[in-house]
Amino acid sequence: MALIEVEDLKVYFPIRGGIFRTIQEYVRAVDGVSFSIEKGQTYGLVGESGSGKTTIGRTIIGLNKMTSGKITFDSISLGEDRRRSRLNIQKDIQMIFQDPYSSLNPKKRVIDIIAEPLRNFEKLSTQEEKSRVQNLLDIVGLSPEAMYKYPHEFSGGQRQRIGIARAIALNPKLIIADEPVSALDVSVQAQVLNFMQDIQKELNLTYLLISHDLGIIRHMSDYIGIMYKGRYVEQGTADEIFTNPQHIYTKRLLSAIPDIDPRQREVIFEKRLKVRDEFVKLSKNYFDENGLAFPLKPISKTHFAALPERG
Amino acid sequence: MDEELVKIKQLKTSFRVLDDYYAAVDDVTLTIYKNEVLAIVGESGSGKSALAFSIMGLHNRAKIEGEIYYRGENIANASPGRWNKLRGREMGMIFQDSLSALNPLMIIGTQIEETLLLHNPKISARERKIRVIDLLMKVGIPRPEKTYYQYPHELSGGMRQRVIIAIAIANQPQLLIADEPTTALDVTIQAQILDLLRQLKNEMRAAIVLITHDLGIVAEMADRVAVMYAGQIVEIADVYTLIENPLHPYTKMLLKSVPSSSGAKSRLHVIQGVVPALHKLPREGCRFRGRIPWMDASVHESNPMLHEVRPGHYVRCTCYQYFHFPDKYKEESSHGTH
Repeated sequence: MALIEVEDLKVYFPIRGGIFRTIQEYVRAVDGVSFSIEKGQTYGLVGESGSGKTTIGRTIIGLNKMTSGKITFDSISLGEDRRRSRLNIQKDIQMIFQDPYSSLNPKKRVIDIIAEPLRNFEKLSTQEEKSRVQNLLDIVGLSPEAMYKYPHEFSGGQRQRIGIARAIALNPKLIIADEPVSALDVSVQAQVLNFMQDIQKELNLTYLLISHDLGIIRHMSDYIGIMYKGRYVEQGTADEIFTNPQHIYTKRLLSAIPDIDPRQREVIFEKRLKVRDEFVKLSKNYFDENGLAFPLKPISKTHFAALPERG
Repeated sequence: MDEELVKIKQLKTSFRVLDDYYAAVDDVTLTIYKNEVLAIVGESGSGKSALAFSIMGLHNRAKIEGEIYYRGENIANASPGRWNKLRGREMGMIFQDSLSALNPLMIIGTQIEETLLLHNPKISARERKIRVIDLLMKVGIPRPEKTYYQYPHELSGGMRQRVIIAIAIANQPQLLIADEPTTALDVTIQAQILDLLRQLKNEMRAAIVLITHDLGIVAEMADRVAVMYAGQIVEIADVYTLIENPLHPYTKMLLKSVPSSSGAKSRLHVIQGVVPALHKLPREGCRFRGRIPWMDASVHESNPMLHEVRPGHYVRCTCYQYFHFPDKYKEESSHGTH
């Protein structure tokens, strides 16, 4: 049983105009996306800026309204009546934000930041609260003295861990991590990624990892979905996507990743140019008349690609 | 090797923090040759941007000691007038954030013309426009006549970055400094911009100083690499040597911390601690010793120097000779030393 199932999700933003600010048109940020995540797994969502990947994350947690579709979380439908169903599931879905410098309130102490979700949902005495926060800080590898400090006293990696401590305070089932390390240095990146893997095992967490960095997605994910202009172009296990990409857009994305081996650089340039030419030449076969992807077709049990009807 | 373009000798750039000067770039000696891509790598706070800004004379209040020779002329403390002649004409800079580097109230065409006008006041308005359209075409903008009249906000990030590059190369400079030119861009756009830079280098035979923290980009673009830590160059070598046989502990650890796009879910190496703040930096002994606490203090030099281990390959401090990873990482494979 999947922990979360998203079926034919559509999120449209209206563009208003004219004298009466009537709705003129819609931006189809997410246009018919379906996927599901099994418990304990990491699902990587990849796409360029503007592809709608962040909107999906925000919609699942309830920051954006869905236009149509169905999100089932732990067999509860997060349907139209969002507000009532929210309270119960709000505890179970948490978010790790991109920028550790702006996602922590600079005027609050670490104890207040981490205890905020606890204060919202659980009635704890000051003593209990303190020991819970201490415990959380311990999990994320910060010393107990950190409790009474302010965010500016920490480095980027430490702040991101405070953000993670806040996210796991209520023992959530699903964590949505939207570009969790893109604001960090490589060395710190490694620290946060390792740590996310550790707590995943320890707490049996499920991740929806949103990123544009394919190296990180490959490193972390079991399943990967690739988005283009609000639609899926390909979906499959990490291996399927990286070793046997089917859609021309996936191929292009993969060929654009810089390789760490300098001896390969000429080979990579050539390949990249070839893929790009192919993309320019053949892309009209892979997208419909509006430049959008076709519906997904199965290639194997787990691998789907938005290929045209024939060939 | 091509001729020397810039020669930096014992450069020290200090900033004032609480009534005292602290060096953000400390004892950097470096030569930049024509027609090469020199990558400068390091964590934030390592001084890589401070070094680039010193070469371009963009520091306002910093104290600059040492010498920077540009084609034999010492420009370390040149007059503002001299700098204005050099910047734009001899050196161009490509900034990271294209939205804040462009003037939002000016059309693209005028912004590029500004640079042309400043260094060649005599050319006519009509010729300037032709040159601007040429430049826009050269950096791969599809409809240059249209883009000429557009404002920065009307362009995508990749297109804006191309405009920045067009401004930087308007007067065919000999030295291009690119400070994280693709960090804000998507991978496919990044590949295009890197291609463009490579192509321009071959055309103009200029030197490119590429500041980045992405080792994949380094492997693809650089001829030589300088690794900086806490204001100093800790290792410098050609790109093949640096990635295949790194010597300095910092370089080794950096290479191990990158998630490889071919590898599966292995654990990444974590470099303990952080780059110390400018005013807390240990000024004596090996500056990296705090990040490798399991190494014995005796392996470090008391006054670490850059040693030439092979022609063109320099490493600072003697600790590299004894360096080993802490025991728990030993069995794990690395892609730095395969």
